Amino acid sequence: MTVETKLALTEQDVRSYSSAKQEPSWFAEYRVQALLAAENLPMPTPDKTKIDKWNFTNFPVHSVESTPFASIAELPEEVKAIVNNEQKSVYIQRNNTPAFLQISEELLAQGVIFTDIFTAVREHSDLVQKYFMTNGVKSDEHKLASLHAALLNGGVFVYVPKNVELVEPIQVVFLHDDAQASLFNHTIVVADANSSVTYVENYLSTVPESAGLVNIVSEVFAEDNARITYGAVDVLAKGGTTYVNRRGIANRNARIEWALGLMNDGDTISENVTHLVGDASYGDTKMVVVGRGNQKQNFTTKIIHWGKHSEGYILKHGVMKDEASSIFNGIGKIEHGATKSNAVQESRVLMLNEKARGDANPILLIDEDDVTAGHAASVGRVDPLQLYYLMSRGISKQDAERLVIHGFLAPVVNVLPIEGVKKQLTEVIERKVR
Amino acid sequence: MSTLVIQDLHVAIDGKEILKGLNLTLNTNEIHAIMGPNGTGKSTLASAIMGHPKYEVTSGSVTLDGEDVLEMEVDERAQAGLFLAMQYPSEITGVTNADFLRSAINSRREEGDEISIMKFIRELDSKMEYLEMDQDMAQRYLNEGFSGGEKKRNEILQLMMLQPKFAILDEIDSGLDIDALKVVSKGINQMRGEGFGCLIITHYQRLLNYITPDHVHVMMQGRVVKSGGPELAHKLEAQGYDWIKEELGIEDETVGQEA
Repeated sequence: MTVETKLALTEQDVRSYSSAKQEPSWFAEYRVQALLAAENLPMPTPDKTKIDKWNFTNFPVHSVESTPFASIAELPEEVKAIVNNEQKSVYIQRNNTPAFLQISEELLAQGVIFTDIFTAVREHSDLVQKYFMTNGVKSDEHKLASLHAALLNGGVFVYVPKNVELVEPIQVVFLHDDAQASLFNHTIVVADANSSVTYVENYLSTVPESAGLVNIVSEVFAEDNARITYGAVDVLAKGGTTYVNRRGIANRNARIEWALGLMNDGDTISENVTHLVGDASYGDTKMVVVGRGNQKQNFTTKIIHWGKHSEGYILKHGVMKDEASSIFNGIGKIEHGATKSNAVQESRVLMLNEKARGDANPILLIDEDDVTAGHAASVGRVDPLQLYYLMSRGISKQDAERLVIHGFLAPVVNVLPIEGVKKQLTEVIERKVR
Repeated sequence: MSTLVIQDLHVAIDGKEILKGLNLTLNTNEIHAIMGPNGTGKSTLASAIMGHPKYEVTSGSVTLDGEDVLEMEVDERAQAGLFLAMQYPSEITGVTNADFLRSAINSRREEGDEISIMKFIRELDSKMEYLEMDQDMAQRYLNEGFSGGEKKRNEILQLMMLQPKFAILDEIDSGLDIDALKVVSKGINQMRGEGFGCLIITHYQRLLNYITPDHVHVMMQGRVVKSGGPELAHKLEAQGYDWIKEELGIEDETVGQEA
């Protein structure tokens, strides 16, 4: 069903949406409390970007109805290009509609849960309740988190039971092909003890411009000894603002590795935080960004060390062209007691035009003596001597620049775990820097 | 036959004149060596011909078969048939040696007529083997973390893959041990012949033991001050440069730049 709204939804709107989705009462109550709380909560304050004039609250409709896909063959070409035929487990959400789900026999036999968030809330209520906005992102952190909880209208739930190691990646595509649609997607990925999973999601607009809002939260939990590789490529159209919060919790000896290609064309606030809670936990964030036009973006990547012997690595490469401007905040935080931890980060920004702006802010906050930490940051332009060298072999200036830029972004592109997604990201980069 | 003609070339860097009226003519099927002490403008000549962004040609001309080279962009110079093996090749992260070489080859071909991957790999493999390079160097990032010797071999690999009309080798022998020097020379000697001309810039005679030049030139004070055959190189090896300075009444052979 479609819920029409003008500026904001009322408590009644939220209740009726929730009941139409047959959500359990705890979830409906959670939404309502979050909605009421939202009014008095402050906005998040991304460092060095003023967002008080940004629109995060007005959107045309809360939910749109789209036609599901009966088979992979029916998918639009843009989606087919990223979903490999051999891809066994894939979920596709079209705007706000769960549109296609395929899950391999093997996953089912191993007890893996892989479903849209609505089904998960209905059928795996206890499990969802355990993880939904409790230890990861809390709804009372700020206004956008609470609005997210109240207005949640999509997302996916992945649960990998103890001792199950998945070889095949799980793929999710959030297709955005209705300019009126707003996405309040919530993703939960849980790898229970001693398990492993590779999860790859795509946000893909096929409309040139969007009137809707995007407010996405991902919560990622790696229990003891678990491993999660989380790949994401966001390619959302200009027009609507995007708030995206991807957060991970790594318990004892667990690993969370992020590979994020953030290619939105609209103004974006992205927050990626990994809590290294357990001893010997490991977090690795690799991120690439291309900004163009006059978009404004803020990317905060943060790894917080709580456990002893925890290791956190951040690598961010951004390319800014036209009049795009971006802030890259990299934060390594070592809490008291996290002895023998290691926090390392590197941020590099390449600016292609005079008016493009990129700021890299490396921050180390260390509350423990017996640790190691390091950071490197640079902001600059394409090296004319590199161009000269490439051109001296006959390569045109344009192609030489292209090679240097692709090379600059390669460390992240190369680690994306699905070939189709890697290729797509390469093509998006190509299109954006041209 | 192709001809590269350099006439009365004046070149400045940061406003300071380094080349002061240099004349030189190269034909294909000829190997020329330019020798001279440090600081006499040899590398400036190489960079100016290729179009290094820091070097400014203030007067004079460079033509390739009558075409004005100085009017061309750097990539057009390469397309026209010039190649410079650089003394300090750039390192480019994220771009594999193989991808770079394939782009360079395809830049010389029409769209739709790109070299087939199989043919490319065959050629690359055989040339790398000839230069005794590890096969994994094809997939390593361009010059990144290469040793000095690996970089020089890689320059010669590019030379052999791109098959230019004229190659300028800027101190290709510096920092090479004797085995690497032999391999690099082997590559250049294989290119030798009809349709290929070469200008070797060096201040040691050593390299010329492996590649016999047809012509030897000595540079001082930003000009060619003496030319001769291979015997000139031997005389320089035995007697140094002082006799030339004496003969020409030169006190300080450099062009006065620091370095």
